[in-house]
Amino acid sequence: MSGLVLNNVSKQFGTFTAVDNVHLSVPHGTFVCLLGPSGCGKTTLLRIIAGLEDPTNGTILLDGADITDVPTHRRNLGMVFQSLALFPHLSVGENIAYPLRIRGAAREEQKKRVDELLTLIHLPGYGDRPVSKLSGGQRQRVAIARALALSPKIFLLDEPLSALDAKLREAMQVELRQLQQKLGITTIVVTHDQREAMTMADTVVVMNGGHIRQAAPPIEIYRKPADTFVADFIGSTNLIETKADSSGAATIFGQRVTGLALPAGAQKATISVRPEDVHLTAPGNGAIDGTVTFVRDLGGTIETFVEAGGQQIVAVSTPRERPEVTAGQAVGIVLSPDVCVVLKQ
Amino acid sequence: MKREPPQSIADYGPLFFPAGMLLIFFVVPFGTMIAVSFFQRQEGGFYTPAFVFSNYERFLSAFFGGVLGFSLMLAVTVAICCVVLALPFTYLLSRLSRRLQVIWLVGLLSVLSLSEVIIGFAWSTLLSRTAGLSNLFVKIGLLDQPVALFPSFGAVLTGMVYQALPYTILVLYPAIVRLDPTLMEAARTLGSSPIRAFFNVLVPALRNTIMATLIMVFIFALGSYLLPQILGRPQHWTLSVLITDQAIYQSNMPFAAAMAVFLVLVTLGLVALTLLIGRKGEKA
Repeated sequence: MSGLVLNNVSKQFGTFTAVDNVHLSVPHGTFVCLLGPSGCGKTTLLRIIAGLEDPTNGTILLDGADITDVPTHRRNLGMVFQSLALFPHLSVGENIAYPLRIRGAAREEQKKRVDELLTLIHLPGYGDRPVSKLSGGQRQRVAIARALALSPKIFLLDEPLSALDAKLREAMQVELRQLQQKLGITTIVVTHDQREAMTMADTVVVMNGGHIRQAAPPIEIYRKPADTFVADFIGSTNLIETKADSSGAATIFGQRVTGLALPAGAQKATISVRPEDVHLTAPGNGAIDGTVTFVRDLGGTIETFVEAGGQQIVAVSTPRERPEVTAGQAVGIVLSPDVCVVLKQ
Repeated sequence: MKREPPQSIADYGPLFFPAGMLLIFFVVPFGTMIAVSFFQRQEGGFYTPAFVFSNYERFLSAFFGGVLGFSLMLAVTVAICCVVLALPFTYLLSRLSRRLQVIWLVGLLSVLSLSEVIIGFAWSTLLSRTAGLSNLFVKIGLLDQPVALFPSFGAVLTGMVYQALPYTILVLYPAIVRLDPTLMEAARTLGSSPIRAFFNVLVPALRNTIMATLIMVFIFALGSYLLPQILGRPQHWTLSVLITDQAIYQSNMPFAAAMAVFLVLVTLGLVALTLLIGRKGEKA
């Protein structure tokens, strides 16, 4: 198949397993985010794709060809490093022209391509400036332009925006996504910022402990997390124990929830309910009983902390649907079955 | 953080001790030497205070000019050989594990503890006809019969490079370790083989360090006077050898001082020139 395929890829450093038996296929032209906490193996996986680390096991295929043993400089990829790794002794233009110079491109061709790329990253006329005179965001763009100079098959970015301030980062996320769509290039980004992943990716790959926990489109990751780790890592969520009663129906804190089904044969399960899906009503009427402990009114959203069954449940609502509750008040919690995601154990 | 400029004399206090040491142990002896270089030599003995240029005049001859030229050429060659050998070595060293790096560095430091005399005699044995390396070459069939590889220019160069190499590595090491390792990786992802990346990323990025190291080794090599005598013929003797000869064996202090002053001036001039060229190159 066309695109990038990782088969059974593992990487061990001594006794430590950084990447454990990973399968991943990235179709041509998609934008993939490797997301996870630090030490989850996402950067190692990216470096394996780049050829900067040799996998202990497994194979890497690019458009059907095995590239596992192809050295980095013959893989035809572009990579942006966390440190950016711009060459301090070269000007902006020379940095971008570096890969062209290595390939022995003619001087005019180099200049033409550099001008093209500078326009693409909205820095026309910056070619002669020294790299040290640029701002953080500008350096970021130059690193991107340099990585794209040879029109690579795969574009890899290792925490590319982590050095930028929050506002610039948000803007660059949008810009990077637009750039990727314009060029239609297969892109893999490593990030620990879930907002970044949600903004840019076609597919979010959530990793932990060297394993891929879930690989799916962002909204599916959010709406249908596969397990406790993904549910907890992406956004905030309420993780609630569900038990089967004597008749086999699902109950939460002893209250039967109609329409909710436990996996076949399971006596209990953990479900994930996003705070914005928790509805508060008057107690009784089949709702789960709870007591409001705190109300955090942030203006744009209101977070209500409710204690139920010895556990804290958070409900988020907009000012329009403002639940008129105060701390200490008894409320009923309504969880509709379609928002309760039963997680794998 | 911006520091305030010193307000009173007391603020310069911390500088007094080093400044005093520098004055007593460097400026005064150097001043004495400059003064002595203008003194009149007494035949067969000491010298009397005077202000004559005869010592400098005597120096301006083809013979001493040739020796000076050879000394500078030798020092430049040693500096270049050392940096060319040390740069790839130190780069590879910096990529080893911490433990191996420490073992290598301790080994290099132990070479520094060898005296110049021991290095000289060790190499004269290694390069000799009777017991030297050429016997090994005969054994493995590279040579037909053992030859004496010393005294020769090659032997002087080998000994001096051997002596200066640990310094070179120790000067380059911190700069290379501090260099962002992703620079080399970036070059590889951009289509540069590791060897090309070494030459068109690492070397230019370390330009200033390499320049400073060349100057340091050059000056270090310029002062060498034992190795050229042990491993070389008289035509391989440096100006430092002649200065030692004049000062100790001929008891001609004023002439030795004049040569020393001249050597210092030429050295400073060359270093200044190198820095000037370096700065120009940076602007371009």
